[in-house]
Formats: sequence, C-alpha cells, structure tokens
Amino acid sequence: MENIIRIENLIFDYPREEGKDVLRAIKGISLDIEKGSFTAVIGRNGSGKSTLAKLLNGLYVPTEGVIYVENWDTADDNHVWDVRQTAGMVFQNPDNQLVSSIVEDDVAFGPENIGTAPDEIRTRVNKALNDVRMGEYRLKAPHMLSGGQKQRVAIAGVLAMKPKCIIFDEPTAMLDPKGRHDVLRIIKNLNAEGITTILITHFMDEAVQADRVLIINDGEIILDGNPAEVFSHADEIKDAGLDVPVAVELAVRLRKRGIKIPDDVITVEDMVDFICQYK
Amino acid sequence: MSIQVRNLSHVYNKGLAAEQKALDNINFDIYDGEVVGIIGHTGSGKSTLLQHLNGLIKADCGNIIIDGKDITKQGISMRDIRRRVGLVFQYPEYQLFEETVAKDVAFGPKNLGLSEAEVESRVREALEMVRIDYDEYGQRSPFELSGGQKRRVAIAGVIAMKPQVLILDEPTAGLDPGAHKDILNLIKDVHERQNNIIILVSHNMEDVANLSDKVMVMDRGKLIMVGTPQEIFSRRDRLEAIALNVPPVTEMMYEVKERGIEIDTSPLNIKSAEDVIYNYLKRIEMNR
Amino acid sequence: MIRDITLGQYYSVDSPIHRRDPRIKILSVVMYIAALFIVENFIGFVMAAAALGLAVAVSKVPIGFIMRGLKPIIFILIFTFSINIFMINGRVLWKLGFLEVTDNGLYTAAFMSVRLILLIIGTSLLTFTTTPIKLTDGMERLLYPLSKIGVPTHEIAMMMSISLRFIPTLMEETDKIIKAQQARGADFESGNLIARAKSLVPILVPLFVSAFRIALDLAMAMEARCYSGGKNRTRMNGMKINSGDLIFMAANILFFAATITLRIWR
Repeated sequence: MENIIRIENLIFDYPREEGKDVLRAIKGISLDIEKGSFTAVIGRNGSGKSTLAKLLNGLYVPTEGVIYVENWDTADDNHVWDVRQTAGMVFQNPDNQLVSSIVEDDVAFGPENIGTAPDEIRTRVNKALNDVRMGEYRLKAPHMLSGGQKQRVAIAGVLAMKPKCIIFDEPTAMLDPKGRHDVLRIIKNLNAEGITTILITHFMDEAVQADRVLIINDGEIILDGNPAEVFSHADEIKDAGLDVPVAVELAVRLRKRGIKIPDDVITVEDMVDFICQYK
Repeated sequence: MSIQVRNLSHVYNKGLAAEQKALDNINFDIYDGEVVGIIGHTGSGKSTLLQHLNGLIKADCGNIIIDGKDITKQGISMRDIRRRVGLVFQYPEYQLFEETVAKDVAFGPKNLGLSEAEVESRVREALEMVRIDYDEYGQRSPFELSGGQKRRVAIAGVIAMKPQVLILDEPTAGLDPGAHKDILNLIKDVHERQNNIIILVSHNMEDVANLSDKVMVMDRGKLIMVGTPQEIFSRRDRLEAIALNVPPVTEMMYEVKERGIEIDTSPLNIKSAEDVIYNYLKRIEMNR
Repeated sequence: MIRDITLGQYYSVDSPIHRRDPRIKILSVVMYIAALFIVENFIGFVMAAAALGLAVAVSKVPIGFIMRGLKPIIFILIFTFSINIFMINGRVLWKLGFLEVTDNGLYTAAFMSVRLILLIIGTSLLTFTTTPIKLTDGMERLLYPLSKIGVPTHEIAMMMSISLRFIPTLMEETDKIIKAQQARGADFESGNLIARAKSLVPILVPLFVSAFRIALDLAMAMEARCYSGGKNRTRMNGMKINSGDLIFMAANILFFAATITLRIWR
C-alpha cells in the first residue's frame, strides 16, 4: 500500500526564549502513514503530539529531518499550499477555528483561499455540510451552535478543500459526551470513505477504534502497532502517564488472577464476546 | 451544615419569545459531609442550579437554605454566601490574573476581608492541598505553568476561601489522563481534610460513580432522580432516555447480561467488575 | 445581561432588504446618515423616520430586536439630550434652580436624540440584514480603488469581519470571567472610582489572555486552511447588481434629493 505521509528522522525545536533553553519537542521520529489508514496518536500534554500534527500540515517546519506529504517536502515553500490542502487539520477548540459569522461562509473559507471557482465552492460547501450532517444549519451563526456542532462545521471547512488526509488534534477534548459521540462517528465515516485519518486524543475508547495506535512520550514514539499489540504493553503506557482502555485494564487484572484472556481483547465488545463464550 | 433547596425555579428571558424554564421546581437536601454528583446533558439546568447555590443568580422563586440561613432572602450579604459556598467554574484556569501564583490564590481570601497573616497561611495550605509547591511556584507567574498545574492553582484559589460547600463544574474537562487523576485525588483529599460538602458536576459517569455518596439527575430544568450511585446507575434505560450513560464498566456488564448471561450489573468500577467477572468465570469452570 | 446586546449582529431571515447587494446598502446608509444631518425640521424628521420605518418593515427584522440594539446607547442618548436641553439659549420654558429649559434647547435636544436614534437604527439595520462577510466584502470592493495607493483594503475588511465573528464569543467569555471572579468574592460595585477601576483588573487580564489565545489559535487555523491574504482569493457568493438593487438605490437617491430640496426651499 502506498504511503501518503513519510517522516524521516524528524527533530523539532521550539525557538529559544529569553532565559530558557531550546525546547526539543520532537526528538527523532521516523514514520510512514499508509493511504486510507486510521491512526490514533496518544500521549500526555506536552508529549509532542500536537507539535507533530502541526508539522504534518506545514504549520511548523522541521528543525532536522524531512516530512513528505504526497511526495511534497513540507519545508518547500513552493508546495506549502499543496501540503495544507492535502493534509487538512481540525483543532481542539471548536470556537477558535471558525472564521466567519455564518456557517456556510466559514466552510467556504478554505476553497476561497485556494482560488476555487464560485460554482465549485458552492457545490463543495453543500456536500461538506451534508457530510457532517450540518446542512440545515448552513445559515446559522457559530455562536448559536453547540460545541459538537461547531466542531462538525470545522470538519466541513476542511472537507471542502477535498483533502486526502485529515489530522484531528484532540477534536473531542472540549465536547460533552453527545458531541464527542457525533464527532467520532463522522471521523469514522470519513475514514471509511477513504480519507486518511490521524486522530490525536486522550480518550482510549476512541483510540481502540483506529487500526494503528502510536504512543508518544517526551518527543519519541514509544509504541507503534495495531491496538492489540500496543495495548498489550499496559505497564509502559501507564508509565507514560496514560490510561489503557477499560477492557484492557480488566483483562490485565483477570490474567493476574489466572484467567486466560487472549491478547486481542481490546474493546468492550471484545470483552463481552469473551465472557459470553462461557455459558 | 446542610443545604435545603425548596421549590426553586428560574426562567431565562422572561416575557420574551425565547423564554425558557431553566429550573423547574427543584427540591432536594444535602447533608453534612456528603459528596454529591450532578449529572445531566448540556442545557439540562446544572449550571444554572450551581450559580443559584452561590448567589450569582437570584432565584425567581423558592428558597435555598444553607446552614440554616436562607440565601434567597433580601439583605443577605454576598460575602456571607461566598464564605459558605465556593464555586469552581469550568476551565477555571482562564480566570487566573495575578502576577504570581501566591497572589492569585490570595485573591479570594482577601476579598473575604481576612487578615494578612490569615490570608498567607490559607494560601500556603491551599497550595499544599493541590500539591503545588509554595516555595517553588509561589512567586512564579501562573501563566508559565502547565495546563494541569494552572487548573490546580485555580482550584486552590477557591479552596483557600475554606467554603463549607465546594462546588466544582466539570473540574476535569479537557485534561489528559494524568492530570485528570490528579484532580480527582485532590477533590478526595480536600474532602477528607475539610469534611465539607462537595458538589461535583461531571459528564464522566465513572468519576461521578466513584466519588459521590449521592447522585442527582437533571433533565430539562427538572430534578428527575436522586439516589446513591448504585440506585441511579441501576436504571440504565431511564438514563438512556435522557441521553445519559452509565459508567463504561457498568455498560459492559449490561451488554453481557443482554446476551443472556445471568450476571450482576451493579459494578461501577473496574475493581468490582473484575470480581464479578472472575467469580462468574470460576463458577462456570467448576460446573464443567 | 451582556449577551442581550444585539448591536452589530446579523438577523437571519430572507427579505428584500437582506437580498440587496451590500455595496448598495452601504452607500444607502451613508446617504441616509448624510440626510439625517441635512434635515433640520419636523417634516424632514418625519420623512426620515417614515423612510426608515418602511425599510425596517420590509426587512422583517422584529421591532423588539431592533429596540434591544438601542439599549447600550441609552446612556449616550440621555447624555446628549441633557446637554442640549440645558445648554442652549432661547425662550425659557421651565426653570429648575439654575437649570433652564428653553424652547430652542428642547427642539435641539429632541432633534439630536431623534437623529441619534435614527442613525443607530439605520446603521444597525445594515448589520442586521447583511452578513458580516457580505458587509466586509462590500466594504472591500467599495474601498478597492484605495488599494491602488497602498491601503490594505483586504486586510482591513478581514479584520472587521473577524472582529464581528468574535464579539459574541468574547462577550460570553467576559460574562464567564465576571461570574468566576464574583464567585471568588470580587466586588465590582462598591468603593470609589479608583477602587472600581482596580476591581476591573481581575476581569481585564483574563479577557486579554483569552483574546490572545483566540487570536493565536485562529491565525493557526486560518493558515492551515491556506489563507495567504487577499491575493488569488475567490468568493463563493459573487456580487452582481440586479434590477432590485437599482430600484432600491433609486428610491434612496430620491429620498436624499427630497431632504436636500426641503432644506434649500425653506
């Protein structure tokens, strides 16, 4: 399978502030992201995961190493718009990423910036809003919407640029359970339609739905694999200041008491299936 | 020390087209030393209720009696209410404003009119309680701290007022798992040391189940259920009807039961779920 | 509550006024304001009020909504009214101690107040019926000639539209901060002027911090969505003047001409 993103020996330093040392946020990461895949990135605050997201979109430029998005070097000024169009980004705070006072105008903002023809923008905006099920809100003002709805508008704004990949930087962190649920469902739908998805999150129940999980700690990838592989290292994950999914935690505890639970019991559904074999 | 709320109602935008009953005839009692969890989806009236308890919103009708004193009565001083009831808002780190951590925490106690020495000792005590080292951080700017630390400093600012009732609105929102645990432990510590009433509003059912003695469920301005976590979370269907969930482990037990297995669905935390599943599996093994 | 302020907000409904080209509307409002300062007698004000009343009726914006927009300027209104009523010489009507109300004072005060009210309603009708984006687009195009001499018209328009977008957000933020500080015992009502000014610090500092955070986040989000200034930008909603716009403009010119005529002929 083709890779849409390739990262080679990436290092990133935040510029020196007065009286402080250079802060090395990313300490040597090499990584490929397959086209159409769904990758969850987990790490505590300050682990470098958000920095990584901003590097993928060309908002930051590597201090050392290279990032290719569809073979474009993100540090190459000639292709920065290609990179940003290909790898769209949704941020954490639903309020602070909507530019316009009208939902549909906001969604149009991206395509307008890249010089899309007016008719084409209209088509894209309508489709994007329908994809996130916000069509009926197209003339509303963002401040009248709930957090989850705003976040869906933000996703539509990215979709209208026809990205091949979307990087979600903790999109559900500030939402209530309903908003979280809705946004996650949309993320999964988009992935099913072929959009490469990178989801940065604190929520383990979201991470288990990905087909690949990366755990980042202190600027380095400490675990990388499918959810079953990664979450079998429960102790390392906890040492990195993170949780493991409920079902994994239960499995670990039950194994300690002598019950043989297979390694691939990761989600609640897996655990339910496991228990239900014994009738 | 206790709280009695009687016939409390509040209407937003009274007389306008957008009139909305935010609180509809609320009645409840909270007793000395209780930890109370309030759940309800966004817009159910939780925030409005909290702000009433703190006197930030005046009741349209009804009474709120805190420690024998009716705070809805005319002529009651705000300072008197604030001394009794401390309210920590959502994302409280956004209200930090002073040059140093110590000064920021001192803001509340100073407003209560306490002596300088008393303020100082309260600041130290509050910071210690939220596990922020006074000597290391006291003279630093609060804006230099990490997200989790800022949140703890902001909470310390209310704890330092030594309220008999401490209300926290979504205290763990947006935090990573480590910082989340820190906040939960800090709430437990404060409760143990001050034995005050704690009112916790949260969307995280696991936290509510594990911390609370009593859970109150709100929906569209009404208080629809009050009970122990066990009682409330045993009514999964009722909660689902108003878009609320049970804790994740409890949900799992229900799903097992739905598949035709006779299993106890009462566990609210991992430890008890572990025991129930373990015992179930052992019993099956014995029968084989 | 602070959220009740409707000034500068968009009222989402479809009406002939809403559908007008923003450039036409901006020019009309400018003309209307000019007219308000040209008229100086009773008939003129009746005419101006009637014209505006007609526009409001056609716009389908509820009167109550418009009146709420006046709330924040009540103070200014009372201030102007009092200044005028007591300060202008003429035939004395009433005497209250050293304060004198004269006929000229009364007329001027009434005219000034009506003028102010009509001015506020007129301009707010523009924002009620025009989305901020269209408004700033219209401004940008009207000001376009200035960009030839180096005026950053696109940037100005963008700044304005973003300000409008974040007014409600910042108001909500202010509301929250005020409540949070009140919960910590802050007192904004008592004490002398200095004490009160000082009591604003706990509100202003967090508000600035919030505004900065929003600005940083937003700049990042705009960049991520390929924003690079006004160059090569297209628009989803292009602007075209149609016959409705021409009729609207013609009516406005007629009104403007009438006010001038009225002034000259007297």
